Amino acid sequence: MRNKNGFYAALAVPGVLWLLLLFIVPFYAVLAIAMGKLDRLFEVPVAVWNPFEWSSSNVINVWRDLFGSTSFAGPILLRTILYVAIAALLCLVIGYPAAYFVARFSGRRKGLFLILLIAPFWISYMMRMLAWVDLLQTGGYANKALSWFGISAVNWLGGKSVTVILGLVYGYIPYLILVLFAGLDRIDPALIEAGRDLGLGRVRTFVRITLPMSRQPIATGLLITVLPMLGDYYTNQLMSGAASTSMIGNLIQGQLGTPGLEGQGAVLSLLLLLVLLIPMIYYVVTTNRSSQVAS
Amino acid sequence: MTAPTSAGPRPAARRMSRWNPRNPWRHPWFLEAFTWLYLVWSLVPIGIAVLFSFNKGRSQATYQGLTWHWYFGDKTNSVLHNPQLHAAVIQTVRLSVLTTVIAVPLGVAFALGINRWRGYPASTFNFMMILSFVIPELIFGVAMFLLFTVLFTFVHLGTIAEVLALVTWNMSWPAIIVQARLVTLGPQYEEAAADLGASRFQTMRRVMIPLLAPAIFASAILVFSGVIDDFVLVDLLSSNAGNTPMSVIIYSTQHGGNGGPALNALGTIMLVMSFLIAIIGFGGYRFLTRGERGSRLEALTTIAGSEG
Repeated sequence: MRNKNGFYAALAVPGVLWLLLLFIVPFYAVLAIAMGKLDRLFEVPVAVWNPFEWSSSNVINVWRDLFGSTSFAGPILLRTILYVAIAALLCLVIGYPAAYFVARFSGRRKGLFLILLIAPFWISYMMRMLAWVDLLQTGGYANKALSWFGISAVNWLGGKSVTVILGLVYGYIPYLILVLFAGLDRIDPALIEAGRDLGLGRVRTFVRITLPMSRQPIATGLLITVLPMLGDYYTNQLMSGAASTSMIGNLIQGQLGTPGLEGQGAVLSLLLLLVLLIPMIYYVVTTNRSSQVAS
Repeated sequence: MTAPTSAGPRPAARRMSRWNPRNPWRHPWFLEAFTWLYLVWSLVPIGIAVLFSFNKGRSQATYQGLTWHWYFGDKTNSVLHNPQLHAAVIQTVRLSVLTTVIAVPLGVAFALGINRWRGYPASTFNFMMILSFVIPELIFGVAMFLLFTVLFTFVHLGTIAEVLALVTWNMSWPAIIVQARLVTLGPQYEEAAADLGASRFQTMRRVMIPLLAPAIFASAILVFSGVIDDFVLVDLLSSNAGNTPMSVIIYSTQHGGNGGPALNALGTIMLVMSFLIAIIGFGGYRFLTRGERGSRLEALTTIAGSEG
């Protein structure tokens, strides 16, 4: 048995080494820089590898930025939470009916619908954002359509929250829909028919049977959209570019590119990781369990 | 996936029309209309953006007639003649090929090893791999950026740093998909091969690899298209025009102002590349799983990265 295990361990070793060197070590490096010092002369971060010599100056600075009396990062944090919450909710409200229809009622046309639902996966995120930038320009088709109704041109790309949220919804909704579809498609139609046969109406069947059974896909789907949204710094840059719509991702990315502030960027990204660790582990555990059930 | 999902008309309901509101099994027209509306909203903007890549004028907002100008006609601003755009296409292909070639064998070997290796370290490493799958890309990108600028400074920002990061980020596709396939296969094929006297290497080569071929192929497709689409890692790790792929060029040119239809042409090239990969992926997956009970729909969702 020992020998057999050795063979399989040897197969896994290259991947394990790769992960250790390029996944675990990097995060220790981030920690060492977050807890490190700053070379004031050259404005470069100095990593401190020994935990006993860690300094908390970066953490204190970030804390002051976030929650202090003159905090500039506090509003950004709030805005991020607000944007992501609204966008995720809209994704769900738009995505659920579409996924529900394709999973339950599309019949023989399911293949066609599925292709159309999956198509955005194969179109680059930047191309999809570019498409909206084209439409929303001052002389673009969105304003032309509005002018038919007598509404004067709107400067959509001039720092509007609505535009940023539209970009987020448009960008991430395909992921949610596919997860929802996979979950809803797995519900045994016999259960729904049983509900209907026993006298429940359409709405009550949905509320009593379909909705409870889609709780898990909804949770996973929301997670799969919220996690990348929180690290997004490009959607709002393309859709507005104004400081009034910047999110936590812009803060981290900006600090990374500013000499002397890399340490604070490291602290921020670790804080974000810490907050997201619990939902991430939840995701890993639930997907593991469902794949074991499926087999 | 195999269960029929459309309820179908009951014998008792057949007498009532599909439109009759009292028919309990009537077709949900409202839902269907909503779904079509969503699809139009989701796909028509892309079509318009593709159309603008053929626009005669410099505008990305007003249609002025068709031309190949922005692909190769223009001597300075077309994708073919602008050195930056030209280099971006090549860099995207280079990154996709290199990453796929490195990440897929690593991930497949990892999956084979971890799945059959019983013990505490195996589950820990597997957990690590899945964590690398769900971690937000920006956080991972920050770690990679600091790794290459502070610790491993001998790896300069550029193609090598990009490939190292992309391989780490994408290795989880083969690792997860192949493991899922291994779980469904069970240990009996390997045991049968061993009973018949095959050595461990023969079992791998003659039994396991052929059985895993669809999963390996699907993950290669996902890695390749994932790298085409990748933005955050390459944005943080590219250093000059020679190692900047298409997604980053579109982003950095457009957010400074009007990028012109050449950017739409670049986006359209990305789109065509991805669709070609998708078609190859779908056809190849169907070919490799021929004779199995899987449906066309299953092949579709697998190639999109949702094997459930």
